[in-house]
Amino acid sequence: MSKLGHLGARLIRGEVGYDFIGKRKIWYGISILITITAIVGLAVRGLNMGIEFEGGAVFTTPKTSVSAGSAERSAEAASGHDAIVQELGTGGLRIQISGVDTAKSDQIKTELAKDLNVPEAKINADLVGPSWGETIANKAWTGLIVFMILVVIYLAIAFEWRMAIAALVALIHDITITVGIYALVGFEVTTGTVIGLLTILGYSLYDTVVVFDSLKEGTKDITKQTRYTYSEIANRSINGTLVRSINTTVVALLPVAGLLFIGGGFLGAGMLNDISLSLFVGLAAGAYSSIFIATPLVADLKERDPQIKALKKRVLAKRAAAAAKGESAEAPATQGEGDDFDDDLSDDDEGAAVVGPRHQPASRNRGRGRPSGKRR
Amino acid sequence: MAAPKKGRSHGAQSRPGRTLAFILIAMVALTGGMFLSGHTTPRLGIDLAGGTSITLKAKSEPGQKNAVNQTNMNTAVSIIERRVNGLGVTESEVQTQGSDNIIVNIPKGTNEAQAREQVGTTAQLYFRPVITVAAGAPTPEPSASPSGSGNGKATDKATDKATDGGKGKASSTPTPTPTASATSQGRAVTDALKADTSPTPSASASASGKPTPSASPTPDAATAALQKKFTDLDCTDKAARSQVTAGVRPEDTAVACGKNSSGQWEKYILGPAEVNGKDVDKAQATINQQTGAWVVNMDFTGGGSKKFAKITSKLSQQQPPMNQFAIVLDGDVVSAPSVSSTLSGSAEISGSFDQQSAQDLANVLSYGALPLSFQEQSVTTVTAALGGEQLHAGLIAGAIGLLLVVIYLVVYYRGLSLIALASLLVSAVLTYVIMTLLGPAIGFALNLPAVCGAIVAIGITADSFIVFFERIRDEIREGRSLRPSVERAWPRARRTILVSDFVSFLAAAVLFVVTVGKVQGFAFTLGLTTVLDVVVVFLFTKPLMTILARKKFFASGHPWSGLDPKRLGAKPPLRRTRRATGSPVGPVDTKEA
Repeated sequence: MSKLGHLGARLIRGEVGYDFIGKRKIWYGISILITITAIVGLAVRGLNMGIEFEGGAVFTTPKTSVSAGSAERSAEAASGHDAIVQELGTGGLRIQISGVDTAKSDQIKTELAKDLNVPEAKINADLVGPSWGETIANKAWTGLIVFMILVVIYLAIAFEWRMAIAALVALIHDITITVGIYALVGFEVTTGTVIGLLTILGYSLYDTVVVFDSLKEGTKDITKQTRYTYSEIANRSINGTLVRSINTTVVALLPVAGLLFIGGGFLGAGMLNDISLSLFVGLAAGAYSSIFIATPLVADLKERDPQIKALKKRVLAKRAAAAAKGESAEAPATQGEGDDFDDDLSDDDEGAAVVGPRHQPASRNRGRGRPSGKRR
Repeated sequence: MAAPKKGRSHGAQSRPGRTLAFILIAMVALTGGMFLSGHTTPRLGIDLAGGTSITLKAKSEPGQKNAVNQTNMNTAVSIIERRVNGLGVTESEVQTQGSDNIIVNIPKGTNEAQAREQVGTTAQLYFRPVITVAAGAPTPEPSASPSGSGNGKATDKATDKATDGGKGKASSTPTPTPTASATSQGRAVTDALKADTSPTPSASASASGKPTPSASPTPDAATAALQKKFTDLDCTDKAARSQVTAGVRPEDTAVACGKNSSGQWEKYILGPAEVNGKDVDKAQATINQQTGAWVVNMDFTGGGSKKFAKITSKLSQQQPPMNQFAIVLDGDVVSAPSVSSTLSGSAEISGSFDQQSAQDLANVLSYGALPLSFQEQSVTTVTAALGGEQLHAGLIAGAIGLLLVVIYLVVYYRGLSLIALASLLVSAVLTYVIMTLLGPAIGFALNLPAVCGAIVAIGITADSFIVFFERIRDEIREGRSLRPSVERAWPRARRTILVSDFVSFLAAAVLFVVTVGKVQGFAFTLGLTTVLDVVVVFLFTKPLMTILARKKFFASGHPWSGLDPKRLGAKPPLRRTRRATGSPVGPVDTKEA
């Protein structure tokens, strides 16, 4: 822990750090590769649509001594359709029969009860018409689009349009990856998957927003200083929030993993499993994209802004000059950057001049709280 | 520099104790309210408690683009509700969801097959000749105010408890008075169902009179049984009503109940069905150009016209009340117009309709029962055993997930994790209590996806603390002591938390609005926990942190406090270097954890 704590400190101060922005092309490449794989997988293999989308019936039986094979035969005999039978952790069976209309299901249920030697009342049936999945999917699309529009508007107001666009790209990226993994691995797409996918929307953005928030803060008065370019500050923002991102993702993934492996494993296929699987994949993708895609994209977009471009020129020129003079990059922090750190503070900061007059370098060295003996 | 404090953070910072007390009192009050309300566990959804959940989707008929609207959906809901609750279950729920879905939840213990049949099929609509009419109860009901709906669709619940169900002779019956305007061809004119302005005593008719319709010669024994059934029937009793309509075949003579326009029950003996709902081509509520009153126009199909002509020619020659035919929907008399002439292809029903009641009757006639036709989208039956198992698995998974989170937090944040855990606990209690209270309040039922949502929310809630704690640690790394660190970290953490929770809430809200059924439960839980997260962080975590920052254990940076400056890598001379050591873009370090 303390190692990570130290690392955190060094990340904050920029002593260590990974050059996310500088290496962005590599990560863009990786993402594009993943996305292409996902799309190809989707096109070639397609999604394994669950019963909700095809129409049919799923019967869940209590513990039975009948083997899955013979259950399959009797289910097929009863329905005249192909049946998929899985054994559940509880000793019961999950029998999935597609192409069954709701009227026929009662008859199948009765026959299954007889064949499997279990009371009919103990068999759970989940029957869906073929248009149900379509309804859910249509609503999901509507939800997705409405959400994207609202979130882009919100981010454009709360942050700026570049961040909104980057967040949107990251979001689409996450969804593509998740869907692609479903296509490639052949997981079944059910209503639960759709729920999970829609939840990723919020979660992926949640992560992105936290990084953007730090970025916004770090670049507040960026044009008033000449120490760092936008990209450099963006990189520090990522590194600075890296520990938090990791912690958040770990903490979010733990319960989902619990759901996936314990809840799902215990019950076999079920809604818990479906939701948690897509959440698991999506959360991981969301953490990745907020760090490697969203923020670098913002930096990329931002560097095209004339003001930021000019800043970069000034910064580089200054550095060149400093290098010529042999001066280190340790020059006093410039004002603009320092101020943004203090400006939204509440001011009961032990009476120190936190919000001192601006452009007063002395305030940089006020050394508040020292020597207090509180720190070694 | 004692600068003015910002107003919004004033309370939390200057009086953390008060804020803490406030939320604790609120929590106790809510919990107390939960125990007082008598509901100590959340209401379980059908997928956890066991039962049957049926999702119906309204089909838009060609040429009836606007048929799927709020009014029709509500009518459909009340009809379906009447049907499923007619099965003797009181806890069935019927509700619209989205713009074109109806969810029917039938708890376990119901005859599922029968329920499906009742819900899924369109109602049986028959035209039967009226043999006898009598008031449904001996005394006028106390609550017998004229009801606007006219057809008694949604009002039967309200009135059925009004009387204690005395049986006896009817004191009065509305007598049909054929109206004079019934001259033109193709018009069935009546006010039997609507006008009760001239009640005439007709108790004798129901008690002794045994008019046997020529259409249905019934054996005497059966007639006597029927008569007894009729005499004994108390239409104000709900159970009696559903009993009397159960299992009646269209070709039998039947006893039925219906309401007149003033909402009072009447009972009927009805002949065998002559025309059924399928014979009606369409029906429409229109305004009669001559009288300016609302009427219902019916068109019959080819075969229906013939049958209808036959029945009306027979009925028009009878004396009241036998010149009436009853429109019977699911065993209940919806309307009983009298006939004054032979009618064929189309007919007009008049009476003291208002627009609503005319529209309702027209809907009943044209759609059989429901104002819309529905398609069964999904049917889920869950036995309580499996539902319980799933809940169990979900709870185990949630507990394990929570445990992992706790372990992680303790290892990583040490002493600070106590604050996080206390906050998680407060959050969990609030979530549970509010979910429980929302059961009776708005009908919230915890279903499996909702459990899932709550588990996922652990991550969201924990994230807020992580944001806050990391901020505090950042401040400490910059060389501040704990108390200023907390106060400086808070405004920024607060903004981050609000911004990201807003996004999360937006997702939940969109999900809730656009989706149906299972998905809504998930979205609702997610939204609820997001809101609670903000409440807890603002009113509990922050004040608690402020108070604990004064404690020596934390303030002195005890190694186990999670705030040890040394462990956090704070360096003494760091005020000026906090952002600026090393090269701006730090050296590439691949062990970025």
